[in-house]
Amino acid sequence: MFATEDHAEADRLMRICNACRYCEGLCAVFPAMELRRTFLDGDLNYLANLCHQCGACYFDCQYAPPHEFAVNVPQTLSKVRAGSYRAYVWPQAFAPMFEKNGLAVALAAALGVAAFLFGFMAWSDPGVMFSAQHGEGAFYRIMPHAAMAWLFGLAFLYAIVALTMGFRAFWKDIGASGEAVGGGSLWQAVKDAGRLRYLDGGGVGCMNEDERPTDRRRHYHHATFYGFLLCFASTCSATLAHYLFGWEAPYAWYSVPVVLGFVGGCGLVVGPLGLFAAKTRRDPAMADTGRYGMDVAFLAMLFLLGVTGLLLLLLRATPAMGTLLAVHLGVVFAFFLTMPYGKFVHGLYRFGALVRHAMERRAGHSVGEAAG
Amino acid sequence: MAEPSELLTAGADVLVAGGGNAALCAAINAARAGARVLVVEAAPKFYRGGNTRHTRNLRCAHDEGNEVLTGPYPEEEFWDDLMRVTGGETDEELARFTIAQSKELWDYMNEQGVRFQPSLGGTLSLGRTNAFFLGGGRAMINALYRTAEALGVRVVYEAEVVDVEIEDGFFLSATVSHGGTRHRIAAKALVAAAGGFEANIEWLTEAWGPEAKNFLIRGTPYNRGSMLRLLLDRGVRPIGDPKQCHAVAIDARAPKFDGGISTRLDCVVFGIVVNRAAERFYDEGEDFWPKRYAIWGRLVAAQPEQIAYAIIDRTSIDKFMPSVFPPIEAASIEELAGRLELDPAALRHTVESFNAAVRPGSFDPAALDDCRTEGLAPEKTHWARPIAEPPFYAYPLRPGITFTYLGVRVNRRAQIVMDDGKPSANMFAAGEIMAGNVLGKGYLAGIGMTIGAVFGRIAGREAGHHVRN
Ligand SMILES: Cc1cc2nc3c(=O)[nH]c(=O)nc-3n(C[C@H](O)[C@H](O)[C@H](O)COP(=O)(O)OP(=O)(O)OC[C@H]3O[C@@H](n4cnc5c(N)ncnc54)[C@H](O)[C@@H]3O)c2cc1C
Ligand code: SF4
Ligand code: SF4
Repeated sequence: MFATEDHAEADRLMRICNACRYCEGLCAVFPAMELRRTFLDGDLNYLANLCHQCGACYFDCQYAPPHEFAVNVPQTLSKVRAGSYRAYVWPQAFAPMFEKNGLAVALAAALGVAAFLFGFMAWSDPGVMFSAQHGEGAFYRIMPHAAMAWLFGLAFLYAIVALTMGFRAFWKDIGASGEAVGGGSLWQAVKDAGRLRYLDGGGVGCMNEDERPTDRRRHYHHATFYGFLLCFASTCSATLAHYLFGWEAPYAWYSVPVVLGFVGGCGLVVGPLGLFAAKTRRDPAMADTGRYGMDVAFLAMLFLLGVTGLLLLLLRATPAMGTLLAVHLGVVFAFFLTMPYGKFVHGLYRFGALVRHAMERRAGHSVGEAAG
Repeated sequence: MAEPSELLTAGADVLVAGGGNAALCAAINAARAGARVLVVEAAPKFYRGGNTRHTRNLRCAHDEGNEVLTGPYPEEEFWDDLMRVTGGETDEELARFTIAQSKELWDYMNEQGVRFQPSLGGTLSLGRTNAFFLGGGRAMINALYRTAEALGVRVVYEAEVVDVEIEDGFFLSATVSHGGTRHRIAAKALVAAAGGFEANIEWLTEAWGPEAKNFLIRGTPYNRGSMLRLLLDRGVRPIGDPKQCHAVAIDARAPKFDGGISTRLDCVVFGIVVNRAAERFYDEGEDFWPKRYAIWGRLVAAQPEQIAYAIIDRTSIDKFMPSVFPPIEAASIEELAGRLELDPAALRHTVESFNAAVRPGSFDPAALDDCRTEGLAPEKTHWARPIAEPPFYAYPLRPGITFTYLGVRVNRRAQIVMDDGKPSANMFAAGEIMAGNVLGKGYLAGIGMTIGAVFGRIAGREAGHHVRN
């Protein structure tokens, strides 16, 4: 009847929660659940992606294990969420990429591409590759800008197409396609995602190692997310500078791309490290251990993006620049390629779920008056 | 962190028996008054805070609404509500005192780290009078434990008080059983906050008769009344009727213990309720369900085998809050009777005569509408609609005991009163174990936590003062 055992378990839990409702004020999942009496696979995937895994409802639940109802919402929704990534992936044949070896795949891709670039560049002009390069166009003496733009443009485009296809499947399955997305709902979702409103256990912070809430995960996530955005903005501004104004990288220390990239890079180093540390300390009872590989792969890739980018920035005037460029570009390339097949998609589906939730709230309704 | 057995042998100024709302409020206040406090909780850590774990709100008087409470709830109104449900069976002095003190609870709980939220979906009628815990009772009790531990209160789980030594109304020591070992703990004061005896089926049977074996216990299996029994056996004055308890009709498929809130059923007013003979026995539409659910426990308890069945049809299935167990479903009344192991002809007859007696009216679940029967015994006076549209659904009902009212007598300093009428100098009680002082019968949603917090705070403060003098 349900797509997976995880869905059947999520359905069991949502029925208990819907009769209990004590967690209604903690996050968006429970109010969204209350708008339903029965749950289809798509509904459960929607609720699972709405869950931010803050853990509050596990420590607050009077029915958590060892109670015979064994209610563990964070763990179950985490499993369903991971399953939904596989279910919506495009093309479907790539679904196994979400499995445990995520880290190996991502690293292999990064190293492979880096080695290729390294070889390509070293072979075409070893003199340039291993000597210090200065001034405008220094990078492109190692790898021509057009080649770089084509290669990465294509990889990026592929990622966008694959992500869009996945999102469409998600959007349809949660029953949202065909409904008008109002600007108000979209803005609400942008605010909720931007603040990580639901990663705060209803106001005190999320639960990590025990029932004592902290806000650490939220702060590190902010560092990661905004770090990523700044790096992206840095790349965009550099592209603009290149094509609009004809300025060639490397740019000065005080230029927009470098400042954005530097700050963003720091975020990408600190954030993933903090998130990883929090992960190792997290009470395993709440976690879906099966997706550890996927989670860690994503953190590692973000961290490597940040570190290699920063190193390139710091050492760009030294002979190491060529090698670092190859490594950094390898990581970027691998990141693009694995984007649709790793934890990156969580942001997309969660944002979609938040939009859907905002839409539902605008049209909300409720049933009956309950007794104690 | 010291070993539990070390904590037990280290002794304490104030010994708190129990680990729920009342116990923790007492422990926190005693620690604030400067006492070394030891809490012994009979349950394992997960089950700490017995029935408090299952609660969702507390009732408190207030002169103005705030970000959560939707409007003022003056003391007088609280008093009127209490008089209405108890029919005057309350100690007026203690009741008025509780209500006056309840005004401080909002701030007090916030200071202890308890957080509130607006009333839950489906409970709008309580939004003004009751403050709902964000995340429910377990979140609430977790917050109290965090605060208590930060204040240096030591807690030992799976530690049950099994004996107390009292001399001339003066507490000397308690024996605590932990991991198979008995520890004698001499303390300067005792706070008894160990709940009622609702999970003690033998005791319930003594009061109710053999029916009690079919009761379901909505809350913790650890509230077996062992502390209460010890105190009553050692010369403490009782209060309340052992037969009085808060009993509601819940889904018969609920676990024997600890099913909590999710096993409630709100469908009774929308259909009919029959017993094993497939006969109706009470007006299902007498009043709004939140005002009636607490009499249905007794009604079902009075039926053969303490079981009944609520029967509705397709037209009502989505009219009430979803419940945890799926309805038993059938295409015809006879088939439904088969599933319930009732006599099909008898059930058909009951449904048909009910349907024939239903007068036309305009159905309105939000009002005491004019949909009623005529010529039935008993009548259904509101929300009566024919049960005719398949599929038909049934939910089995059993009495679910929330808590018991028999307790120990206290005064307004939360001091336990001895048989001779004299208050004990160093024994205090709070919570369900003394709720009968205020609530002689009936129930007002949220007042259990009010009584526990009000007397817990006082017991803690008084015990703290006692040990320092
Ligand atoms: C399902 C349900 C929902 C409820 N909802 C509400 C609500 O929303 N609002 C409200 O006001 N009330 C509610 N109540 C009633 C409320 O739970 C009680 O009034 C309140 O929790 C009593 O608090 P307490 O601290 O006295 O007892 P408890 O919280 O029950 O704590 C008593 C503790 O004592 C321990 N204990 C027992 N014997 C011993 C011993 N000999 N030695 C050591 N420890 C011992 C037990 O393990 C237990 O943990 C509800 C009850 C139930 C069952
Ligand atoms: S997680 Fe537990 S406490 Fe929260 S709504 Fe679900 S059943 Fe209730
Ligand atoms: S883990 Fe947090 S976000 Fe997820 S359902 Fe529970 S309370 Fe909501």
